[in-house]
Amino acid sequence: MSTLSSSSGKSFWQRYVHASHFRSAAEEFDAVKLGFWLFLTTEVLLFGGIFCAYFIFRTLYPDAWREGSHLLDWRLGGLNTAVLLISSYTMAMSIYCVQKGYFTRAKWNLFITLLCGAAFIFIKIAYEYIPKWSVGKRPGALFDYPFAEHAQLPLWWSVYYCGTSIHAAHVLIGMVLIARVLYRTHKGYYGPTHYTMVEVTGLYWHLVDLIWIFLFPLLYLIH
Amino acid sequence: MAAHTHASHADHAHGGGHHGSYLERKGGLLTTIWDWATTVDHKKIGVMYLFAILFMFFLGGVAALAVRLELFEPVRVLADGKITGQFFGPADATNINAGNNIYNRLFTLHGAIMVFMVIVPSVPASLGNFFLPIMIGAKDVAFPRLNLLSWYVYVLGSIFAVCSIILGGVDTGWTFYTPYSTTTDADHIKVVFMVLSAFILGFSSILTGLNFVVTIHKLRAPGMGWFDMPLFCWAVYSSAIIQVLATPVIGITLLLLAFERIFRIGIFDPALGGDPVLYQHFFWFYSHPVVYVMILPGMGIISEVLAVHAHKQIFGYRAIAFSSLGIAAVSFIVWGHHMFTSMSELASAVFSALTFLVAIPTAVKMFNWIVTLYKSSISINAPMLYVLAFLFLFAIGGLTGLPLGTLSTDLHLHDSYFVVAHFHYVMMGGTIMALMAGMHHWWPKMFGKAYNEKAAMLGCVIVFIGFNITFMTQFFLGTQGMPRRYASYIDEFHTLHQWSTIGSGIILIGFLIHLFVFLASLAVGRKAEQNPWGGLTLEWTIPSPPIEHNFEHEPIVKHGPYDFDSVLPPTWDPADYPVPNPSAGGRPAVAHSPEPKD
Repeated sequence: MSTLSSSSGKSFWQRYVHASHFRSAAEEFDAVKLGFWLFLTTEVLLFGGIFCAYFIFRTLYPDAWREGSHLLDWRLGGLNTAVLLISSYTMAMSIYCVQKGYFTRAKWNLFITLLCGAAFIFIKIAYEYIPKWSVGKRPGALFDYPFAEHAQLPLWWSVYYCGTSIHAAHVLIGMVLIARVLYRTHKGYYGPTHYTMVEVTGLYWHLVDLIWIFLFPLLYLIH
Repeated sequence: MAAHTHASHADHAHGGGHHGSYLERKGGLLTTIWDWATTVDHKKIGVMYLFAILFMFFLGGVAALAVRLELFEPVRVLADGKITGQFFGPADATNINAGNNIYNRLFTLHGAIMVFMVIVPSVPASLGNFFLPIMIGAKDVAFPRLNLLSWYVYVLGSIFAVCSIILGGVDTGWTFYTPYSTTTDADHIKVVFMVLSAFILGFSSILTGLNFVVTIHKLRAPGMGWFDMPLFCWAVYSSAIIQVLATPVIGITLLLLAFERIFRIGIFDPALGGDPVLYQHFFWFYSHPVVYVMILPGMGIISEVLAVHAHKQIFGYRAIAFSSLGIAAVSFIVWGHHMFTSMSELASAVFSALTFLVAIPTAVKMFNWIVTLYKSSISINAPMLYVLAFLFLFAIGGLTGLPLGTLSTDLHLHDSYFVVAHFHYVMMGGTIMALMAGMHHWWPKMFGKAYNEKAAMLGCVIVFIGFNITFMTQFFLGTQGMPRRYASYIDEFHTLHQWSTIGSGIILIGFLIHLFVFLASLAVGRKAEQNPWGGLTLEWTIPSPPIEHNFEHEPIVKHGPYDFDSVLPPTWDPADYPVPNPSAGGRPAVAHSPEPKD
């Protein structure tokens, strides 16, 4: 709803006028943030279903879960955790830099965030999904791993693939949002008085991180 | 149109296009269609939702009538192998399964369409979208583009459902229970389409709910504190919270179901170690709170319409407001009562006890409404008749919920027509009656046209009679042992089933009358007054139909929404409607806008 007046020489963010149904830009910012926090709540509840399935089957089949956990390499998961944590820092820094008007630094930070997102996906697919899938460690009826010790191991892989793939989809969506913010920062859309989308994208990226912070120990570390 | 000339005059005066009626056409047919398709005006989106929902109501209604037609005669296989009494199915069939399959698809269609595409979005997305911002004195909802997106998402979801129907339909029941939804029908794509449809519709629901919560938090007009809001806003707020908190759970559930269906991941499949009851828990963790998404906005309409047409301060404003929140809170801890037969006795007993908690806030509302009516000056018209119909039917629906919540009686009644009758009394007798009350109440405001009051009242009476004939009989069928979802039955049930089918025809006649009344109103209705009923909420302070930005200036709220004993309604004209003499009660008459208009 950005209404842009036609005065020249100023960046978009300096000319930004809040949507007409809000009383002020501050009210608009508050409303967008409230709305986005509500949206993040829905995301938490969405993943809540996966976590719930994880805990129920863990209780029912602790041995299969232990076996499954041993089949995951904690170093790869740990590397991805580190990648995401770095990206969280750079994302937070980019918001700070836009607020302060350090646009070059903001863009570098956003770029590094984007790279980290890509690295996460690359590690996930190239070093985890493809090697596992090719030896038959697949979900449910597709399971074809000859060395399974417990009958419920396919179920473990179902929960693993559902949880991590839905999370990976969120990482991809987050990367699209970050790329958009990067482009628009370059074009001068955001600045110290108008950075709603940068902040909101940051919130989303932190949530994606946070979900991984829970997925990682549950899948890789707890035996 | 008189408003038209006035509006174009205003355009010149203010140099903008925002002071004409929101229905004013911007140009030729294509321009108008484009204008509506890309609008971010909550009023137009509300109207588009209303028509989309009414269309789906028509589709779901056709399926319902088909179900009732099939049940008019029991299906019998005669000694020579011929089949009689089968309404749907091949004429020369020697196997009753063909017809039974059609029947299964019909009731699934009816349920899925009515629940996901009609009753869940019905009141909040249509009337809520239109009136919530106006009632709190805002120009629009907080996120207008998101609002438009939610309509398109709704349409997309509905298209998926229609595709599923065209491909042959789904026979899982509207709850998509596993293993029906994971194993029946080798032809996968139909079920996946229907499940994705419900998944997509969930997003529409979340977007609407999120928008309303933020709107109410941030966009109330000056002077409108939380307890100065009309009760409709409280009800929509409560249901919006449920929409935001419950819908994501059905999202992940249906996603897992789609994975299960496509990849056989086994989470709900006992052969692979999965648990079908887990699906039921997930499903009802959403779907039970959502029955309150269905009913709460309807209850909000009742509070609104009842106070205005009884011309009396609503009794127990805060009790009604908090009971909405109470229902929303309790709604999340009672889902287990849908699965009494698949849980431990202890869990069942706990859920049964928790279920009775729902009765408390609901009864609080009921008693407050009845006390409001007591010694008030009631105008009998179509909205009020529908309110009275709601009170009768919802009371029956609510009270018959108690034997279903009680473990010992539920053992006999579950999965019987008693359940069918119960939820039709609360869903149709509750939500649809409230929707009809709200549509008649706000129709003059939405479209600026009056409707034929007598014909609408006749329609209401016919719907009420038909409804009771259709569903009262089903309580008796249920207690006598008729199970739900069967295409045939024993001869003892024949008469009651026939009455029920006849009743459904009477409901059809009633709704056809309403359809005719509304179409006639749009085509040739006289121009509606600004405030035909004498309401005190903000929507009655603006023209009918409203201008594009709702208010010329941001309104300042100086009195409560129901201060009928101390405030005269805006544009008050004693000839238009009977208002009780304010001085009779001994209170001074504080005129809000003392000059009668025209």
